[in-house]
Amino acid sequence: MSLRPDLQIIADNVTPGSRVLDVGCGDGALMAELRDKHHVDARGMELDRGNVATAMARGLSVIQGDADIDLAEYPDQSFDYAILSQTLQTTRRPDLVLDQLLRIGRRAFVSFPNFAHWHVRWSLLRNGRMPVTRLLPVEWYETPNIHHLTINDFRDFVTSRGLTVEGQWFLAGDKLISPSAANFRAEHAVFLLRR
Amino acid sequence: METDQRFGLNRHLTLPGPLMLDAGVAFAPVEFAYETYGTLNADRSNAILICHALTGDHHVASNHPITGKPGWWTRLVGAGKPVDPARHFIVCVNVLGSCLGSSGPSSIDPATGKPYGMSFPVITIADMVRAQAMLLDHLGVGDLQAVIGGSMGGMQVLSWTILYPERVRSAIAIATTARHSAQNIAFHEVGRQAIMGDPQWRDGDYYADNNPPAAGLAVARMAAHITYLSEAGLTEKFGRKLQGRDAKSFGFDADFQIESYLRHQGISFTDRFDANSYLYITRAMDYFDLAEPYEGVLAKAFAAAKNTRFCVISFDTDWLYPTAESRHIVHALNAAGAPVSFVELSSPFGHDAFLLDVPEQNSIVDGFIRAGEGRV
Repeated sequence: MSLRPDLQIIADNVTPGSRVLDVGCGDGALMAELRDKHHVDARGMELDRGNVATAMARGLSVIQGDADIDLAEYPDQSFDYAILSQTLQTTRRPDLVLDQLLRIGRRAFVSFPNFAHWHVRWSLLRNGRMPVTRLLPVEWYETPNIHHLTINDFRDFVTSRGLTVEGQWFLAGDKLISPSAANFRAEHAVFLLRR
Repeated sequence: METDQRFGLNRHLTLPGPLMLDAGVAFAPVEFAYETYGTLNADRSNAILICHALTGDHHVASNHPITGKPGWWTRLVGAGKPVDPARHFIVCVNVLGSCLGSSGPSSIDPATGKPYGMSFPVITIADMVRAQAMLLDHLGVGDLQAVIGGSMGGMQVLSWTILYPERVRSAIAIATTARHSAQNIAFHEVGRQAIMGDPQWRDGDYYADNNPPAAGLAVARMAAHITYLSEAGLTEKFGRKLQGRDAKSFGFDADFQIESYLRHQGISFTDRFDANSYLYITRAMDYFDLAEPYEGVLAKAFAAAKNTRFCVISFDTDWLYPTAESRHIVHALNAAGAPVSFVELSSPFGHDAFLLDVPEQNSIVDGFIRAGEGRV
């Protein structure tokens, strides 16, 4: 089973043998890959009970918890990496969650869908309605994505917090694309940050 | 090993001791009732200890020798189950203080030739664990692949990781807590007062004429039994249904099914359990507070346990040891840096869910144990 493309990018760029906290780890697909192929000591946090049960049955260390609440309990700098994949836009306070990530982890991987992708822009312009796309497949009233953001929004946020970008990857149609005009062309972004 | 009398079902053994108790007493000798299943492998790496709850016994996966009832955790322990005699050497010990084979207030005090009664020392959960460790030493079991228990069994599991961190590789604590709350103590005190208020209790010296404080013990069990079930479960099972009648009696018979059910639970309990043991074991649970010796900081209690893998499970309808108590444990383990998994499972059964049919519990425990064996 192949990993989701943003997770594959993260898996390929985590230092083997490191300690990783995967926040919003889903059913543990990335954690299992990191454990089995990269000898990573992976821990996870996940909101959904069914996903937690699945990940635990795979033998992964996962706790049922809420990124907005339960990250506060982890000690400072207790992980080499904190990972937040496709979860930032679902949190109540993405800014505080990012602060927690870089408090707990020496580095943080953050991936999110880009709301400024041309397809989203076109859909909104043409239809005048909240777009329902491949990466944002849910109607506005039931979407878990309560804080949509664009790549440029994220870059501004990173700059305002004085964070360092150590890596950035952009995806369209599940393929890596060049960084040029990424805010327009990329469906999906992955950033590697440190303080 | 086939002929080694230390191993097998329904074992009874007396060790010379002494067992140093938290109360400051050197207790000796120490009686044990226990069972083992499976075979300890050559490198002695496959031992799993199962810890039972308040009124449980050592017959975890075998038919009870008297009642013939199946073991109390056959859903989890047995051939093809997550804890499997084909792979594991499984030990279950009746707790210190019980009346079901290990030393307790109904045991004979060798100094007097009579039952201890209330001269039995007050014990703690840690004392139960130290007794288990003493027995495991005798069985030649060094470290444990896993310690598993629910409710009071879970308290023993957590205590194991603090008292003997180097002996526990994996710990599975289900439907449990790191300390007894005021509400927990309150319910137990109702039970104890029911026993001690029964004229037949006679300061615990009731063994000679075989006339125990059954009425008090039955009420204690009734009060406790309510805490093991969920409100929704009670409503679904009993609602306001009447028992064997079409109309209310305008009297104090068991008009309602729930009354009849509770009375039956109370009375049948007195056939198998000793009132003094109930006093001692509930006291041990009430004294339980893992953080107390560590300035109230639970993370400090777990500092030595950071190399033990933990699996913590709670149930959404358990109001005796609600999920918040498990989260408290998980947060402390995170702060201590211990690898911990946690899930709140959904079940209509309340606190008793850990003993009942919750398929997710089995798949989670199975995955957790296999991951500890490096075989996922």
